[in-house]
Amino acid sequence: MYAFDIERPTRLTDAVKLLSDATDSQPLGGGQTLIPALKARLAAPERLVCLSGVDEIKGICTADDGALCIGGGTCHADVAAGAGAYPALASLAANIGDPAVRNRGTIGGSLANNDPSACYPAALLASGATVVTTNRKIAADDFFEGMFTTSLEDGEIITEVRFPVPEKANYQKFEQPASRFALVGVFVAKYADGVRVAVTGASEDGVFRWSEAEAALSSDFSAGAIEGLSLPGDGMISDMHGSADYRAHLVGVVTRRAVTAAG
Amino acid sequence: MPEVKMTVNGKPASGLIEGRTLLVDFLREKLGLTGTHVGCDTSQCGACVVHVGGRAVKACTMFAAEAEGMEVKTIEGMAEPDGTLHPIQAAFQNHHGLQCGFCTPGMVMSAAALLKDNPTPTEAEVRDYLEGNLCRCTGYHNIVKAILAASGQDVSKIAAE
Amino acid sequence: MPKDGGIGASTKRREDVRFLTGTGNYTDDINLRGQAYVHFLRSDVAHGRLNTVDTSAAEGMPGVIRIFTGKDFEGIGGLPCGWQVTDRHGEVMQEPGHPVLAQGKVRHVGDPIAAVVAETREQARDAAEAIELDIEELPAVVDMKAALEDGAPKVHDDLTSNLCYDWGFVEENKAAVDEAFKSAAHVTTLELVNNRLVANPMEPRVAVGDYNRSTGDHTLYTTSQNPHVIRLLMGAFVLGIPEHKLRVVAPDVGGGFGSKIFHYAEEAFCTFAAKALNRPVKWTCSRSEAFITDAHGRDHVTKIELALDAENNFTALRTDTYANMGAYLSTFAPSVPTWLHGTLMAGNYKTPLIYVNVKAVFTNTVPVDAYRGAGRPEATYQLERVIDKAARELGVDPIALRRQNFITEFPYATPVAVEYDTGDYHATMDKLEEIGDFKGFAARRKESEAKGRLRGLGINCYIEACGIAPSNLVGQLGARAGLYESATVRVNATGGLVVMTGSHSHGQGHETSFAQVVAEMIGIDADQVEIVHGDTANTPMGMGTYGSRSIAVGGSAMVRATEKIINKAKKIAAHLMEASEADIELKDGQFSVAGTDKSVAWGDVTLAAYVPHNYPLEDIEPGLEETAFYDPSNFTYPSGAYACEVEVDPETGRVTIERFAAADDFGNIINPMIVSGQVHGGIGQGIGQALLEACVYDENGQLQSGSYMDYAMPRADDVPFYEVDHSCQTPCTHNPLGVKGCGEAGAIGSPPSVVNAVIDALQSGGKNVTHIDMPLSPSRVWQAMQG
Repeated sequence: MYAFDIERPTRLTDAVKLLSDATDSQPLGGGQTLIPALKARLAAPERLVCLSGVDEIKGICTADDGALCIGGGTCHADVAAGAGAYPALASLAANIGDPAVRNRGTIGGSLANNDPSACYPAALLASGATVVTTNRKIAADDFFEGMFTTSLEDGEIITEVRFPVPEKANYQKFEQPASRFALVGVFVAKYADGVRVAVTGASEDGVFRWSEAEAALSSDFSAGAIEGLSLPGDGMISDMHGSADYRAHLVGVVTRRAVTAAG
Repeated sequence: MPEVKMTVNGKPASGLIEGRTLLVDFLREKLGLTGTHVGCDTSQCGACVVHVGGRAVKACTMFAAEAEGMEVKTIEGMAEPDGTLHPIQAAFQNHHGLQCGFCTPGMVMSAAALLKDNPTPTEAEVRDYLEGNLCRCTGYHNIVKAILAASGQDVSKIAAE
Repeated sequence: MPKDGGIGASTKRREDVRFLTGTGNYTDDINLRGQAYVHFLRSDVAHGRLNTVDTSAAEGMPGVIRIFTGKDFEGIGGLPCGWQVTDRHGEVMQEPGHPVLAQGKVRHVGDPIAAVVAETREQARDAAEAIELDIEELPAVVDMKAALEDGAPKVHDDLTSNLCYDWGFVEENKAAVDEAFKSAAHVTTLELVNNRLVANPMEPRVAVGDYNRSTGDHTLYTTSQNPHVIRLLMGAFVLGIPEHKLRVVAPDVGGGFGSKIFHYAEEAFCTFAAKALNRPVKWTCSRSEAFITDAHGRDHVTKIELALDAENNFTALRTDTYANMGAYLSTFAPSVPTWLHGTLMAGNYKTPLIYVNVKAVFTNTVPVDAYRGAGRPEATYQLERVIDKAARELGVDPIALRRQNFITEFPYATPVAVEYDTGDYHATMDKLEEIGDFKGFAARRKESEAKGRLRGLGINCYIEACGIAPSNLVGQLGARAGLYESATVRVNATGGLVVMTGSHSHGQGHETSFAQVVAEMIGIDADQVEIVHGDTANTPMGMGTYGSRSIAVGGSAMVRATEKIINKAKKIAAHLMEASEADIELKDGQFSVAGTDKSVAWGDVTLAAYVPHNYPLEDIEPGLEETAFYDPSNFTYPSGAYACEVEVDPETGRVTIERFAAADDFGNIINPMIVSGQVHGGIGQGIGQALLEACVYDENGQLQSGSYMDYAMPRADDVPFYEVDHSCQTPCTHNPLGVKGCGEAGAIGSPPSVVNAVIDALQSGGKNVTHIDMPLSPSRVWQAMQG
């Protein structure tokens, strides 16, 4: 690692101040992605502003409108344990990484990183969730801007994510054998006004909504409704773990399984 | 260089660190607790698993500064002061759950975290929980068996010794 | 039996306590006063001309002590190769130099160019980034067949081509084999790849060099399976340090699997730099660095053909293999695809005619050398796959086809130059059918099908040559070392004893099992026996641990030394009891005179040896310490039969291992618990090779699977509990313990059954798939199903 300073604010306002002063600073969530990147010297911040001491962005509650609100600094294990009101989300959190990673990694950190194979982006997008930051509220559909890119600005911290709770939902992850990230992960969520389907792991542009499947499932929420649907391999990731065509094929399989599991 | 203070295996510990000092390096190099091992640099092998605030974490993927004021437990803190092995350690020995020993500290610490949350896990739950702990020697057979045995379950029906 | 367990007892391991409590002493736990740290600047291109290495800016960086480049090693020996293969035309192999730090060219990603020694690791790394390199990138050769084409870029400019050797075995049989194929009733042909693997012991390599200027003594602490071999190779061939001024210590070592046999540049560098700087110098390999510096394993591309007569008897076998050597010859690399591979091609079968051709090829990749099994997994895989394919083509039961062709009479001289002393292949197959519950398979397949899964059962046999190896024989075959093993048994005055062995334990449990043997022989408790290993300063010259040789060769040396101890102790006992030496018997730690009630205890005799007041000084010397060197007269031949049951998800191609059974014949067994553990671990690695692990280079020689993010290591939920059995025992006839060795069997025996099972599953589902190359990842299986 290159040398850097580390700050551990306990109040959000202090974190924001540290991130906005003249020093080249980077927020540190759970660090489960950033620390390996620092070890590989892929990042060289002057200062890390560690958010793990900021208790006000941790925790889970239900808003008046019924949305499940998860603090941006909440670790995956706590979401797994505390998001019982949204079982598909709790189950997704319970299968990110491994237990030790889940005890450190946070939802805010994961979303801000927007790894194209991460799980949370699929939940966010399929749920039409809202990202609340220190500056504003961002709709899921406006949040992701391609692989490792989001609409977050420098110094902007995810304080909360608000998930409208669907009638039915499920997330299925087909794992890449080595990293255990999603080779293809699909989150389906059925709301009163329609079904949303978000796909992670597959596309070179990162997480995306599969609109044809959404349309089909909105009129008939069953695996059979999307039986013949498929996506083209164009724009899908192709690597040693699977070709673009294989990923495209998996999207169909995994979506059907998610629909079936959602019941 | 700032100072960090924490409690390690029930005793106060402190030392001067850099921002980039990882918890594992603090434990190994500043405190001489070399039982916590480093087997990879991408947070996958789990040889460095310790407990921070009662939870299993990878000490190679956490800065020492982040453990400020926390209770840290390492493999060196598992046995009784008189040397009596912790039941999980004893089960690993009794069921040959280790060979070269390098992954073992992390395995034991992960197993302890599992059994704290889930005192009688199924075989599948044990295997799933060990996703972040790699072992190259045992084929996992006797590790899983040892953890099941440590949970008080009868492992006599499990294939071979 | 001794209280703590003699031969045959599942004694709990004594080494476990230190490992379980975090008090092991691994090389990275060693920190010496005044130690400096080295960081190696490595090539990030696979092939290039090294024009300049400008260290001037880096030298001024904070903490930098000195920067070394290839220039500092001019005139110093390169890393030697320990085996010289002679090709089918009688020519010796092409043997390029292997400098400690690159000189003139870089030849693989990871090739070390410069070494920065600094006060801290990070300072060394900072300075390495400030070194300015001018490398003219050259086209890389990665594919072996392309590397042999005319006009292919040469990895080594001073060699005639990228061909290391073209080996034929047995060359005299070639014409007869070709003739047999012409008259065959059926020929089955299979082209396959034995995938390149990375050994990945969980402990990365570490080296700490130390030098004492006042005495001129060098010490190297290193993660090695064979410290004496490192001392000899590094001392004699690289740095010119006489062995009596060089101590090599391999303390607790966190697994090896072959990758820690070899002498590596970093060991030589740390030893060299410690003297140059008069400071200890430490190197700790990161996992990412390990992927581009540890010798890789396997990487064979093979065409195998099996000829059968009209009654389905195997009549001839012919194989054609390209074996990747990587960019340089690692320590034992040339021996792996030849003498550890070709000699095993008979397998468990009485095929009368066999011809093996191996072309070893230099490429711009990390050197390839022995990995658990080393040559024998490659032989077993191709043979057991082609037999399975033949059975399917002929419509016969794969077990019956194997049984029909089993060797049944021993000793058996194969057409590939080895003589199996014992074995009973029907017995292990019978046992496999029992523990694998083959009778229940049909019902299990139905259950799987009801879930929409395809279920397959695959089996295979294996034989391996272990207990490496008779020195005179391997000398004729090109080994530049003897392959004996040594032991010194030092008995203390009060009866406890220390065995100093040249073997090395890095997970195998020697400290427990070796003690069981000596305890049994003398009839004392095992806790009276201490096993010392891993330090050239206090063990006799030994060749270390690999090739499943520790108990078969090292154990035999220990038995021979203990026999000498007992013989001398009997002389002392005879004197003490005023009896004839011929009448002395040793049982349960008591020496008695046959036919009388006279006895003296072991401790009385050992005390007399060191307090020789009443002692036959005119006949024998005081003291009780003996050394033996044991050179085996043959290899040992463990064998067995393995079975795997898989489920395949036809929609995704994902394979899951549902059951795994292994019936092995290891001859006599010292500690069944440890033996089972060795088999478990081998199976885990074999399943890893078959389903998960792939070391992949792109066409430019960049490693695509350079971390655990892409190199799929087997995890706990990738594998089931294994049914293992080693009750079939045909003891080895030529070593004193009747043991064969068990360390590699699991890795040798498991990949073919996994692949055979997947093919069985796919064919049961109506898919006409006859072969898929390992690893059988979901995408590959799915792709194969698409036809």
